Amino acid sequence: MADRIATRDAYGNALAEFGDIYDFVVLDADLAAATKTATFKKKFPHRFFDCGIAEGNMMSVAAGIATTGKTVFASSFAMFAAGRAFEQVRNSIGYPHLNVKIGATHAGITVGEDGATHQCIEDLALMRSIPGMTIINPADAVEARAAVLAAIQHNGPVYLRFGRMAVPVIFDHADYHFELGKGAQLTEGTDVTIVATGIMVEMALEAAKVLANEGISARVINIHTIKPIDKEILITAAKETGAMVTAEEHSILGGLGSVVSEVVCENCPVPVLRVGVEDKFGHSGKVPPLLEMYGLTVSNIVSKAKCALKLKKA
Amino acid sequence: MEQVKLNRLNQIAAQIRLGIIEGVHAAKSGHPGGSLSIAEIITYLYFEEMNVDPKNPRWEDRDRFVLSKGHTAPALYAALAEKGFFSRDELKKLRQVDSFLQGHPDMNGIPGVDMSTGSLGLGFSAACGMALAAKVSEKDYRVYTIIGDGESQEGQIWEAAMFAAHYKLDNLCAIFDWNGLQIDGPVAEIMNPTPYDKKLEAFGFHVISIDGHDFDQIAVAFEEAKSIKGKPVAIIAKTIKGKGVSFMENQVGWHGSAPNDEQYEIAVAEIKATM
Repeated sequence: MADRIATRDAYGNALAEFGDIYDFVVLDADLAAATKTATFKKKFPHRFFDCGIAEGNMMSVAAGIATTGKTVFASSFAMFAAGRAFEQVRNSIGYPHLNVKIGATHAGITVGEDGATHQCIEDLALMRSIPGMTIINPADAVEARAAVLAAIQHNGPVYLRFGRMAVPVIFDHADYHFELGKGAQLTEGTDVTIVATGIMVEMALEAAKVLANEGISARVINIHTIKPIDKEILITAAKETGAMVTAEEHSILGGLGSVVSEVVCENCPVPVLRVGVEDKFGHSGKVPPLLEMYGLTVSNIVSKAKCALKLKKA
Repeated sequence: MEQVKLNRLNQIAAQIRLGIIEGVHAAKSGHPGGSLSIAEIITYLYFEEMNVDPKNPRWEDRDRFVLSKGHTAPALYAALAEKGFFSRDELKKLRQVDSFLQGHPDMNGIPGVDMSTGSLGLGFSAACGMALAAKVSEKDYRVYTIIGDGESQEGQIWEAAMFAAHYKLDNLCAIFDWNGLQIDGPVAEIMNPTPYDKKLEAFGFHVISIDGHDFDQIAVAFEEAKSIKGKPVAIIAKTIKGKGVSFMENQVGWHGSAPNDEQYEIAVAEIKATM
C-alpha cells in the first residue's frame, strides 16, 4: 500500500471491491470524479445513477430505493450531504431507518483552497442529532475500507466521513481489527488520554511521543465510530488517566469533543479539553498553513494535554 | 363505467370521507380539506388500480403508493382501513399517543404505508427511487404518488420531476391534486406554480388532465398512464378542497383544522346522505 492515500480514494476502491460481493447501488450528485464513486461506476455502470446537482432529491431517491430492500450508497461532499440535504437525511432516511449509506467526502478544513463554503466542520454534529444514525470517521485508507464493509453489513443508515487530502496510512498491519462502535486504544498511557478521530489520530500518536519525551505518559484512543460511541473505553480512560484531550477535524461544538465530554461528565467527571475548529468558519489556503491557523496540530494537542494535566492536579 | 362499479366506488369514497372526518374530529387536529379532495383518487388507487395485499403489506412485488402530501394522511389511513390493512376502529385514535396512526404517514408503524412522508417535496423523490429500483431489479410493479399543488412550490418537486424523466420512469405515475388552496390562501395568490401541464410536459412528462372527482375520468387516465412507454406520467387532477362537506368546500380555513362536535354531526350527515 502507498504511504499516503486519501480516504475518499479508499472509499471508491472499497465500493468497487465489495460491489462484486454485495448487491448495492450507488448514487452521486455530479461529484463522482471527486467523491471517487466513479471507480465503482466504471466497474458497475448499471448500478450507478447520477442524480445531478440536486442533493436533497438524491437522498430521498436513495430512501425510496432502500424501501425496496436494496442497500444504497449516496455520495456528495460532506457540506451538501449533511448540510444541504440534512432534512432529507433526517426525514427520508433517518426517521424510517432505511439502509442508506451516506458517503460524504471532502469533510473538514483539509478541503483547502475551496474555502469556507466547502469546508464542512459541522457534519458530525448534524448527523449525531439523528436518532439511529451510525457515524464512522475513518483515520486512514485501511480504516476507510473496513468502514465501508461495516456499513454494508450494518442494517440501517450510516454516515461515512472521508477526506480529500492524501493522509498517511497508519493501520497497514496484520493485527488491525475494525469493530463498529468500538474505540481502539493505540498506546498505553497513565497520565492523560488523547481521544482522536480521523486525520487527527496520526497527530495524536505524534503528540504522545512528544509528551513521552517530557515524561508524560499519554494514552491514545482512536474513535472511528462517533455514534454509537464506545462509552466503556472512554470511561475506563477517564478513570485510569484522570484527564482527557479530544482531537478532531471538526467544530469543537457537537462532534467528538462534545460526545467525549458528555460521556465523561455523566460517568466519571474529569477535565476534558478539546482540540478542533473553534467556533469559526474555514478559510482558503494550502492545508499545512490551514491546520496551523485552526490549531489542528501536534503542538496544540501537546499543549492542551498539559493544560488538562494541570486541571487534574488542581 | 358500469353503474354497479361506479356505485361501489362512490360508496367506498364516502366511507373514506367518513373516516377522514371521524379521525380528524376525534384528534381535534389534522388536515381535512386536502384529505377530502383526494378521496376519489385514493379510492380508485386502492380498490381498482393498485396490486396490493392487505394480508401481506410488505409483499415485494406490490405496487407502491407514496403520499407526498403527507399531511393528508387521514385519507390514506381511511383507505388502508377500508381495504383491510388494519381495523377501522383505529381511525378514531388518529394522532393519539396510544395509536400507531401518526400525524403523518410512518412506514414502520402503519401496515400498508410504503414510505414515511410529511415534509413536503420528499415523497415524490422517494417514489422516483422506488420506480428506479423496479427498473434495476427488473420488476414490473408500478409506483403512484400524490403531490399537492401547494407542495409543488417546493424545489425538490422539480428536482424529482427532472430525475423521473431523465431515467425514463414510465412505471411512475404522479398525481397532482390541484385543489387550489394552501394554508395561507389560494395557491395562485401565494406563489403560483401553474401552468402545471406545460411545466410537466417541458420536464418530460406525459400529462393527463382530469376532474379528480370523476371516476370515469380517473379510470381512463390510469389506463392511459399504463400505456405510456419511455416517460413518466403526470395526472393533473382538478379537485375541490374539502369536497363532500358543504361548509368545508373551497374554504382555506379547513386546510388544517378539525370540526367541532356540531360541525362533525353536520359533516357526517351530509356524507351519509350520499351513501
